Amino acid sequence: MSAVDPVSGQPPAPWYRPVSLADALSARARWRKDIVAIAGCTDLMVGWNAGARRLPPVLDLSALAELRSIEAGPDSVTIGATASCASIARHPVIAGRLPMLVASARQTGSVAIQNRATLGGNIMNASPAADNPPVLLAYGARLTLASVRGIRTIDYASFHAGYKRTLAEGDELLVSVTVPFPAERVTAYYRKVGTRRAQAISKIAMAALIERDDGAGPAVVRNASFGFASVGPVPLPAPSLSRSLRGLPLSGIDRAQVERALAADLAPLDDIRSTAAYRRSVAVNLVLAAIDAAREAAPRG
Amino acid sequence: MIPAPDLAFTLNGRTVSTVDGSIGAPSMRLLDLLRLHAGQTGTKEGCGEGECGACAVLVDGELVNSCLVPVGQLHGCTVTSIEGLPRVDPLVTAFARAGAAQCGICTPGMVLAARALLDRVPQPTLDDVREALAGNLCRCTGYARIYTAVLDAATDAGPGKAGGR
Ligand SMILES: Cc1cc2nc3c(=O)[nH]c(=O)nc-3n(C[C@H](O)[C@H](O)[C@H](O)COP(=O)(O)OP(=O)(O)OC[C@H]3O[C@@H](n4cnc5c(N)ncnc54)[C@H](O)[C@@H]3O)c2cc1C
Ligand code: FES
Ligand code: FES
Repeated sequence: MSAVDPVSGQPPAPWYRPVSLADALSARARWRKDIVAIAGCTDLMVGWNAGARRLPPVLDLSALAELRSIEAGPDSVTIGATASCASIARHPVIAGRLPMLVASARQTGSVAIQNRATLGGNIMNASPAADNPPVLLAYGARLTLASVRGIRTIDYASFHAGYKRTLAEGDELLVSVTVPFPAERVTAYYRKVGTRRAQAISKIAMAALIERDDGAGPAVVRNASFGFASVGPVPLPAPSLSRSLRGLPLSGIDRAQVERALAADLAPLDDIRSTAAYRRSVAVNLVLAAIDAAREAAPRG
Repeated sequence: MIPAPDLAFTLNGRTVSTVDGSIGAPSMRLLDLLRLHAGQTGTKEGCGEGECGACAVLVDGELVNSCLVPVGQLHGCTVTSIEGLPRVDPLVTAFARAGAAQCGICTPGMVLAARALLDRVPQPTLDDVREALAGNLCRCTGYARIYTAVLDAATDAGPGKAGGR
């Protein structure tokens, strides 16, 4: 059998599979976005299989052991960009401290998809409907990007600049995602609302992390952070909602208040999966359900 | 620019490699290598986009959809398609006994999805089975017989009744 591209019948596009990050970064610096980084290929191959065109030159990240590891520290866990959703869901420290990430990883498609899908691919594919970003937003994750120029870390909440646009430069690769462990007295609440459990793209998903203050009186919100999928052009945090809830008693938050705050945070659209109005109202319901869960977890309700 | 790498991996116990010509372009789908070049046609193509599981195989014991795997990523791996399972695998027997196959298109992927589950969770619950097989679509059986077959195979292979492995 001769080495031809199966799609075009021409000599295959260059395929580069470095075993060190330094080599990968040199290739990235040289060819920038002309060379496509590939990880689990669960997003990329769907497009390649559908379009009968010649494949672009490939930078295969799957041989980089340093990008695949999951390292737990005292305050956070650092997840390599090419760690699979399956390996994240199985990790004992993540299971113990970051239950929402286990839940989102286990909803990233079927088992066969989870075995291949990487966290880095889920982020870099930059779909507004992706399942792990809401959870990463709620937990306050930070991303580490590398290039031949050096390494930088940025808040994940600022990473998505617009539909399918991110702050990653053309010569950069996503190296890892650091997720801090939440404080004591938090309630983590994650829901994906879709049509069929394993595979469906979400109509809307929300992750919430609500930290209580159990002072002398009724429990109040010390801090609340959120992440939403499918309610705007990118995965969205909800900063006005977070601000408006701070300091409020958990038992005294009403629907109108949540609706008002969320109106500024979300920008849902009508599409084939759902309508904007439905998404807004489900988003409010999900926030109220998270607040209920936090109130029930408080010692004095 | 950069040459395609030398590439070798194990497929159902045999070595395939770019050196002996049994692998062409690294971008080739594992599914095409199996069906068109390695004569292992037990693996089926349904959707070609990761949704149906008809093309599922095991790579290093983990279930993957071979329509979404370029062979260039498999260097050093062990690939098992349905042809690579032992003839006496209790799952195959249980599928036959339960009437869990009709047209049979989904069956190789179903059996391998179940194999991956039982290797990890030898005594699964019905919910475990449902979740493990959620990415494998069947248009014929309505699933109930498939779930029964997997649960039966787990019992057959249980302690004291060593199955195929
Ligand atoms: C059947 C099916 C079901 C699915 N279900 C879901 C679901 O329920 N929820 C969900 O969120 N997603 C789902 N997906 C989408 C997909 O599986 C995920 O987005 C997955 O996490 C992508 O990861 P990957 O490693 O396969 O990415 P790839 O396809 O390898 O890459 C995706 C993108 O990220 C870039 N990239 C990857 N890694 C890096 C890096 N380290 N640095 C820079 N760029 C990088 C690539 O260049 C590419 O643009 C599904 C896909 C399929 C086929
Ligand atoms: S053909 Fe691969 S999942 Fe359907
Ligand atoms: S037996 Fe026909 S698709 Fe399952």
